[in-house]
Amino acid sequence: MSTTTFRKHNVLPGFNISLGYTLLYLCLIVLIPLSAAFFKTYSLGWEGFWNTVTTPRVIASYKLSFGASLLAALINAVFGLLVAWVLVRYDFWGRRFIDALVDLPFALPTAVAGIALTAIYAGNGWIGQFFEPYGIKIAFSPLGVLVALTFIGLPFVVRTVQPVLEDLETELEEAAASLGADRLQTFRHVILPAIGPALITGFALAFARAVGEYGSVIFIAGNVPMVSEITPLLIITKLEQYDYAGATAIAVSMLVVSFVLLLVINLLQGWSKKRKEK
Amino acid sequence: MAGAASTLSLHQAPGAKAGSSATTEPFAIRFTLIAIALVFLGLFLFVPLAAVFVEALRKGFGPFWAALVEPDAVSAIKLTLLTAAIAVPLNLVFGVAAAWAIAKFQFRGKQFLITLIDLPFSVSPVIAGLIYVLLFGAQGWFGTYLQDNDIKIIFAVPGIVLATIFVTFPFVARELIPLMEAQGSEEEEAARVLGANGFQIFWKVTLPNIKWGLLYGVILCNARAMGEFGAVSVVSGHIRGLTNTLPLHVEILYNEYNFSAAFATASLLALLALVTLGLKSIVEWRSAKLIDTDAPTENVQK
Repeated sequence: MSTTTFRKHNVLPGFNISLGYTLLYLCLIVLIPLSAAFFKTYSLGWEGFWNTVTTPRVIASYKLSFGASLLAALINAVFGLLVAWVLVRYDFWGRRFIDALVDLPFALPTAVAGIALTAIYAGNGWIGQFFEPYGIKIAFSPLGVLVALTFIGLPFVVRTVQPVLEDLETELEEAAASLGADRLQTFRHVILPAIGPALITGFALAFARAVGEYGSVIFIAGNVPMVSEITPLLIITKLEQYDYAGATAIAVSMLVVSFVLLLVINLLQGWSKKRKEK
Repeated sequence: MAGAASTLSLHQAPGAKAGSSATTEPFAIRFTLIAIALVFLGLFLFVPLAAVFVEALRKGFGPFWAALVEPDAVSAIKLTLLTAAIAVPLNLVFGVAAAWAIAKFQFRGKQFLITLIDLPFSVSPVIAGLIYVLLFGAQGWFGTYLQDNDIKIIFAVPGIVLATIFVTFPFVARELIPLMEAQGSEEEEAARVLGANGFQIFWKVTLPNIKWGLLYGVILCNARAMGEFGAVSVVSGHIRGLTNTLPLHVEILYNEYNFSAAFATASLLALLALVTLGLKSIVEWRSAKLIDTDAPTENVQK
C-alpha cells in the first residue's frame, strides 16, 4: 500500500523546491532565531541560569503565570463545553451570530482586549462596580490576570469540542435512554467519554496560549512585583534594564515548558483523532 | 440528500430535530443552560467589545475623528498596513510551498516538520521579539556587523516586520495542510498525465480547490499581523511617528491617560476584528456549501 502511494505521488513535480523552500524559510525565521536564545543562555552557564530563574521575584511570576493560566483553562473547559453544547444542540435566536463571535479573542488585538477588559472590570467600570462594594478588586489584581487569560483562551475549548459534538451519533444516546439511563447518566457515561480527548486538547491549548500571553494582561494586571507580575512582563523588564542574559534565561525556562506542552498537545490530538476514527 | 440535510442543520440544530426526551433536555434545563452560556459570553466577549466603541465615542464624534487623523495615528496606520503587506504575502508563499510538499508527497519526518511549523504558536510573543533582539540587537550575533554598515533592524521597521512574520508564520500553512491532505492528489495526477506542467497544475487544478481555505488562512494571518502587540513591542523601541504600529499607539495613548484617543484607535482595530470574523463566517459558509455539493460523489468513490 505505502509503496504504491509513494510511486503515485512521485508523478507530481515540485517536491524538491517546495520542501527546500519550506525548510529554508523555517530555519531563517524560526529555528535559527530560537536557537539564539539557547546559545545566549549557554554563555551564562548552568549555575548562572539556575540562579536567574529561581530568584523569588521570578518564582512569584511563575506561580502567577502558571496558576492563573491553569485556572483560566479550567474555567474555559467548563464554560467552553457548555457553550459548545448550547451552540450544537439547541436552537435559539442569534445562535449563528454568537457562534461567529466566539472567535473574537482570536481576531481582536490583545492590546485592545486589555484596555477594554480593564475599563469594564475596574472599580468604576460597568462590571467592576458591582464587585467594588464587597471589597473585591478585579482589575489591577491577580483576579484581573485571570479575567484576561480566560478571555484569550475562550475559543480553544469551544472550537475543539464543537466538531466532535456535531459528529456524535444521537443513536448512542437513544440506546442509553432505552436502557434506562437518565440524561445526566447518558452525559456522564456516553457523551463525556466521546468528547473527552477533544476537551482535554482544548484545555491544553488554552493553557499553552495563556502562559505566554502578554498584551491583554499587562493593562489589567497592575503589574506589582511579587503580586501581579506575569513572567512575560518580567522578560520585558529585564530587557529594558539591558539584562539580556537574564531575560533570555527566563525566556528559555518558558520555552522548555512550551515545548513540553506542544508535545503533549500533539500526543493528545493524535489520541483524539484515533478515537474519532474508531 | 446529504446536502439537503446539512443545509437544514444551518438553521436548525441537529439535536433539535429529534426532539425526543432521549436526545434532548426539558425546556427549563435548556433555557438555563443557554442563559448561563450567554451570561458567560456576555461578561467575557460582548461587554468588552461594546465597551471599546462606547469609550471611543464618549466625547463625541469630533474628538474620535481627531484622534484618528492626527499625524502619529496616521503614521501608525501606515506602518501597520505596510507590515501586514510584507508579512502576509511571505507567509502565504511559505504556506503554499509547505502544504504542497507535505500534502502531495510522502517523506520521512513529515509529522516532525508539521510540529516545527506550529512552533511559533506555542512561543510567547515576548520571546518572539526577544530572539530577534538577540540576533540583530546592539549586543546580538550580527550587532557589530549591522552597526558598522549602518543597518538598523531592531528599533526599526525591519525588526517589526520580522517579529510579525514570526508570530503569523503558521496561519496559512496549518489551514492548507489538512485541506490538501484531505483532497488527495488524484486530480493533479490526472492533469499531469494529460500533459500539464507544474504551474498549470497549480493554477488550474490545485488553486481552485484550495482557494477558500487559502483565503481563510490569509484573513486570520492578516488579523494577527495587524494586531500583534507583544512581539512588536519588544523590537519596536516605541518611536512615535516612526516605529509605532496601531496596537503600540493604543498603548502609548492609554499610558498617557488619553483614554478617549486610545479607545478611538482601539475601535479601529476592533472594527478590523469584526470584519475579520464576518469574512471568516462567509468563507466558512461558502466552503461548507462546496463540501456539501461534493459530498455525494465522495461517498460514491468510497
